[in-house]
Formats: sequence, C-alpha cells, structure tokens
Amino acid sequence: MGGAVNLLAQRHPINSALSLIAVMAALAGEYLLLGAEFLAAVQVIVYAGAIMVLFVFVIMLLNAGEEEETKGSRIAILIGVPGMLIASVLMAWVVLWRSGTEAVAIGALPGAPADIAQLLFHDFLLPFEVTSVLILIAIMGAVVLASKPDSQSGRVE
Amino acid sequence: MVPLSYYLLLSGFLFACGVVGFLIKRNIITIFMSIELMLNGVNLSFVAFAAHWHALAGQVFVFFVMVVAAAEAAVGLAIIISVYRTRETLNVDQVNLLKL
Repeated sequence: MGGAVNLLAQRHPINSALSLIAVMAALAGEYLLLGAEFLAAVQVIVYAGAIMVLFVFVIMLLNAGEEEETKGSRIAILIGVPGMLIASVLMAWVVLWRSGTEAVAIGALPGAPADIAQLLFHDFLLPFEVTSVLILIAIMGAVVLASKPDSQSGRVE
Repeated sequence: MVPLSYYLLLSGFLFACGVVGFLIKRNIITIFMSIELMLNGVNLSFVAFAAHWHALAGQVFVFFVMVVAAAEAAVGLAIIISVYRTRETLNVDQVNLLKL
C-alpha cells in the first residue's frame, strides 16, 4: 500500500518504477498467503522480473528526467475529489457489510501447480494457444515499432 | 485467516491508485506503470475470489491476464520509444497529433 502511494508521490520515473516493484513483491506475498504458490512465482518472474526490467530499461534509454508540473483543470478537482471519496466510502461499506468472516483452513486452499496445469492444458487449451499467438504478434509488433525508420524500408543495396 | 473483504478493499485501493496516477501523471512511462498497477489490483481480487470459492479457474484467469499484460507492455514500450524518437518528449501534453 505504501508502495502504491509512493508511485503517485514520486516525480522521478525511476523512483516510481522501484516502488512498483515493491508493490509487486508485496502482491506475490499476498498470493502466497492465499495459497497460490504458482501465481506467486509467476508474479515474481514475469512482473517483477521481465516487465519491470523493460520499464527500467526504457526509462534509462530515454533518459527520462523530472516531470514538469502542469496545472490540472479546476473542475476535475472540484468534482473528482468529493466524488471519489463518496464512491470509495460506499464501496468499502458495501464490501464490509456483505462479507462473512468465515475462516478457511490454510491447507484447504487450492493452487498446486499440478492442478493448475491440469486445468490450463485441458479445459483452457484453446485460450492458451490463442495467447501464444497473441504473444507472437506482440513481439513482431514491438520489433517493427521500435526499429529505426531507416531500417523499415528493408532495402539492401 | 484474513477475510475476503480485506483483500477486496486492498484490490480496490490498488485500482484507485492506478486510476489516479493515470489521470494526474504527465509522464507517459508513469502512466504506463499506473496501468500495470490497475491490472495488479484486479489480479489480486481474482486470486482472492479463487481462494474463497475454491475455484482454480480464477488463478488460470490471472495467468492469462499476466500474459496479456506482458504483451501489452512490450508493444506499449515500443510505441513509447517510437514516439520519443519523433517528438523528443515524454510529456503527454505535447503529444497531441497522431501524424508525424
């Protein structure tokens, strides 16, 4: 939670990125508490590892400096802040009011990697293959977008 | 054992932080990180519900969300690099034309 607030408070992008890494590590701990060991491992590897390395790499590549101040619109502050307060209080009230506090035993939670694999490769096989195609398209798009404009013409002389 | 509602409140808080960051930040990389924060908040509620209902499908959904987030991060950062090459700025207020 502190990391999330820090992400908003920091003005330098690299500090925001580091606090986002802290948030993701804390979320991995929450997944462990919820019995999802596989997801905790994937969270650390994919999010805190791969995606954040990409972010830090781009920040350093583009030499991002301090963010300059812009004055926001006044109507957004006048309407947005009370609206957000009311909405959050309402949501918290509804969630806390409807919730039971029944406890679940630690060992009873699902989340073993073998069960997830059974579900992933039998019931969700088609979405799994579709996401692999999506990843392939994303990689090609990233390569095309990030390449220099000169190399896009593709002529070898 | 922590009840489900606390997880939902934390998830909502993370999502709200992402929305606020998306709206008030002016650096395009920080805006992108706010999007990742929103996705993480939703993931937390997915896992909390999966644990609550003893349904493993929620965790598989979180896996798919992570995959899509990885693809989106790759493409988005490539777009940021491309925009920076043509505009020489990271401020979204100065990126107001789609054409070069």
